[in-house]
Amino acid sequence: MSATSWAWLVLLFPLLGSVLIGLGFKVIPARAAGVLGTASIGLAFACGVAMLVNLLGQEPDARHHASSLWDYASVAGLDVKLGIYVDQLSTFMVLVVTGVSTLIHLYSFGYMRSDEGYHRFFSYLNFFVFSMLLLVLAGNFVLLIVGWAFVGFASYALISFWYRRETATKAGMKAFVINVVGDIGLVLATFLIFRELGTFDYGAVFARAPQVFSTNEWTITAICLLLLVGAFAKSAQLPLHTWLPDAMEGPTPVSSLIHAATMVTAGVYLIARTHVLFVLAPTAADIAAYVGLATLLVAGTIAIAQTDLKRAIAYSTMSQIGYMIMGVSIGAYAQGLFHLMTHAFFKALLFMAAGSIISAMANRQDVDRMSGFWRAMRFTSILFLIGSLALAAFPLTSGFFSKDSILAYAEARGGMYAWMAVGGYVGAFLTAIYTFRLVFRVLPGDPCPEAQHLIESGDLFHGPAINPATEEEEDADVGFPGAHHHIAEQSKPMAVAMAVLGFGALFAGLIQVPGVSDVLFKFLDPAFANSPLSEVHPSVGAEWRGLAIGGLISILGIATAYVLWVARPELPARFRERLRPVYLLCLNKWYFDEAIDFLVVRPALAIGRFANRVFERVVVDGLVIGTEDVVGGGGRLVRIVQSGFVRGYALLLLVGFAGLALYFLLSSS
Amino acid sequence: MNIEWYVVLSSLLFAVGAMGILLRRSPIVILLCLELMLNAGNLALVAFSKMVGNQQGQVFAIVVMVVAACEVVVGLGLIVAIFRRKLPLDVDSLRELRG
Repeated sequence: MSATSWAWLVLLFPLLGSVLIGLGFKVIPARAAGVLGTASIGLAFACGVAMLVNLLGQEPDARHHASSLWDYASVAGLDVKLGIYVDQLSTFMVLVVTGVSTLIHLYSFGYMRSDEGYHRFFSYLNFFVFSMLLLVLAGNFVLLIVGWAFVGFASYALISFWYRRETATKAGMKAFVINVVGDIGLVLATFLIFRELGTFDYGAVFARAPQVFSTNEWTITAICLLLLVGAFAKSAQLPLHTWLPDAMEGPTPVSSLIHAATMVTAGVYLIARTHVLFVLAPTAADIAAYVGLATLLVAGTIAIAQTDLKRAIAYSTMSQIGYMIMGVSIGAYAQGLFHLMTHAFFKALLFMAAGSIISAMANRQDVDRMSGFWRAMRFTSILFLIGSLALAAFPLTSGFFSKDSILAYAEARGGMYAWMAVGGYVGAFLTAIYTFRLVFRVLPGDPCPEAQHLIESGDLFHGPAINPATEEEEDADVGFPGAHHHIAEQSKPMAVAMAVLGFGALFAGLIQVPGVSDVLFKFLDPAFANSPLSEVHPSVGAEWRGLAIGGLISILGIATAYVLWVARPELPARFRERLRPVYLLCLNKWYFDEAIDFLVVRPALAIGRFANRVFERVVVDGLVIGTEDVVGGGGRLVRIVQSGFVRGYALLLLVGFAGLALYFLLSSS
Repeated sequence: MNIEWYVVLSSLLFAVGAMGILLRRSPIVILLCLELMLNAGNLALVAFSKMVGNQQGQVFAIVVMVVAACEVVVGLGLIVAIFRRKLPLDVDSLRELRG
C-alpha cells in the first residue's frame, strides 16, 4: 500500500470511532465505548507508523505525495479537491498526534470511568483527533480551513463537556469565539493566496509563490500576517491567548489532549507548513518570532503567580509554544518540531499526573491546599517529577535537548536573533522556577488532610462536589464531574499511559543529540530544503555550549525554587510585600482579560446597544410598525363598507354599475 | 311596433325589480324581484334581436333563463335551509358577514 492509502486510513479510524460511539451510545456498553475509542486512535497510530515505514523506503527527496478522493469543484480557474498531502512534516505530526492521543485515550479510559457522559466524551475525543489529523494531512488550504474549524468546534465541545457548570460553558464560548477570530485570519489569507496565485493546492502554491511575489511585497506580508492571526489564536499566543487558561475548565484529559498533542500545536504546524511564504515575508516572520518571545516571557511570569495547578501548567504550555513559534519563525523548523514532540510527551504527562493529584484532592485544584503527596501517591509523584524535570529542561531529559536546539539555532543565525536566544534562556530560567514551585509545593512536606486520608485508609478523600473555580457546591449528576474520582495508583490504564509518556519525556530527546545522533533532523530536513534558512547550522561545539548554558540555567532555576519554597518559605511572602505591583501584575495575568474586555468586548457591546437603541428601535421598528399602520389603516377604511347588509351590497352594486353605464354613455357621445 | 316601447318597458321592469331588492326584506320577495330583473333583461335582448334581425339575442335570452332557473334552485334551497333552522326570514338580521 502506498503512503497516501495509509494516510486515508489514519483519517478513517478516528472518524469511524467518533460516529460509531456517538450514534451507538444506547447500544454500546460504557466500557466498550472506551475500548472502541482508544482502539480507533491506536489503529490510526499503527497506520501512521506504516506511513512512516513506507516513506522511509523511498528517496528522501521523493518523500512527498498528494492524493485526492474527489473534486469538490472543478471549473475553469478553480480546483478544490478532497485531497491530502503526505510528506515528512505531516507524517511527523500524524505520529505525534496519534501517538500521544492514544495514551490520553487510555488515560481517559480510567480517569473518566465514573462520569455520566462517558460515551459522549469518547465520541468528542475521537472527533477531536480526527479534526486535528485532517488539519495536518490536508492537501490544500480549503481542507486546512475545514480541519481548523473542526478543531475549534471540538475544543468548544470538550471544554464545555460538563455543560451544567456555568464557568465551563463560558470558557467554551470564549475559546470558540477567539478561535473564530483566528479562522477569519486564515480564511482571509487563503482568499488572498487564491487571488494572487489562483490555486489552493499546497504544491502549486509553494511552487508559484517565489515567482509571483518579491520579498517583503505587501501582499505576501499581508498573507503571512493573516496566517499568523490564525496561528496565534490556535496556539494561544499574545494577545489571543486568554482562552487557554480558561480552557482548563474541561476534564483533565482534555487539557492534556488540547495542550499537549493537538490543537495548540496547530499554529506551529501552520507556520512550518507555509514556511515558503514566510521566507518571502521576513517582516512577518520576525513579528511572529517576537510575539513568540514575548509570549514565552509573559506566560512564564504569570505561571509563577498562579495558584491553580492546571492553570499554572496551562501558562507553561503557552510559554513552551512560544518557543516553538519563535523557532519555526526564525527558520529552526526541525528544531521547533522537535520541541513540539518532546513537549507533547512531557506536557501530556504533567497534566495526567496533575489530574491524578486533583482526583485525590476531590477535584480541588488550589496549590495552596496541596502538600505531602510524595508520601501519599508515590507513582504519580515520580511521574510528576519526571514531567517537571523535562519541562524545566533538566540535563539529559527530552526538553533539555529540544529547547536548546531552538536557542542554539537562534544564536547561530546571529544578529538580533542571538538576542532572542538570550530571551529564551531567561524564559528557561522562569520555566525552571515555576515548574519546581509546583513540585515543591505539592510533593514534599506534611501531607494535607486529603493526602493523609489517602495514606491512612488507602481510599480517596470524598468531599462535597465543588467547582474549583468558584468554590460553589454543585451536583455530581450528568453534566457535572462524577462523584467518584480515579488516581493512577488505583487504575491500570492511567498508570500505563503515564509510564509510557514518562519514558518518552525522559528519553525522547536522545533521538537528536548534537554530534551523536541525528535521526529526527535528517528525516525532517528534506521537507524544508527549499528554505534558504535551513542552510544555517549551528556547529556541534556551539550546540553543546548552548546545552551547557541551558542545563546550568535549569539547575539554577530549580535551586532558586528550592530556596524560595522549601529552604526559606518566608521569602515569597516578603517578595509579595515588597514587589506588590509586580506580583499583582502576574497574579492578574498582566491584565490581558481586562484589556481585551476594555478594548474589544465593551466597545462591541456599546455598538450593539447603540444599534439596538437607534437603528433597531427607530429605523427597523419604524419601517415595520409603519408598514403595519398603513395596512391596518387601509383595512379599517375598507371594513366600514362591509356592513353585512345584503341590501347594502346590492345598492352599491347597482350604483356602481349605473355609474359605469353613465360613464360609458357620456364618453361615447 | 317601435323598439322604444320595448326598451322603456324593459327598463321599467328592471327598475321595479331593483327597487324591490333594495326595499324588501323577505328573501322570497327578493328572489322574485331578481327574476323580474333578469326577465327585464331578456325582454330587451329579444327586442333588440328582433330589431337587428338575427337570432343571437334570443339564444342569449334562453341562456339567461337557464341561469335564472339555477339561481332559483340555489336561492330557494337557501331559503328552505334558513327556515328549517328556525332563523328569521329577514335579510337584515342575517348579517354575520359584517367586517
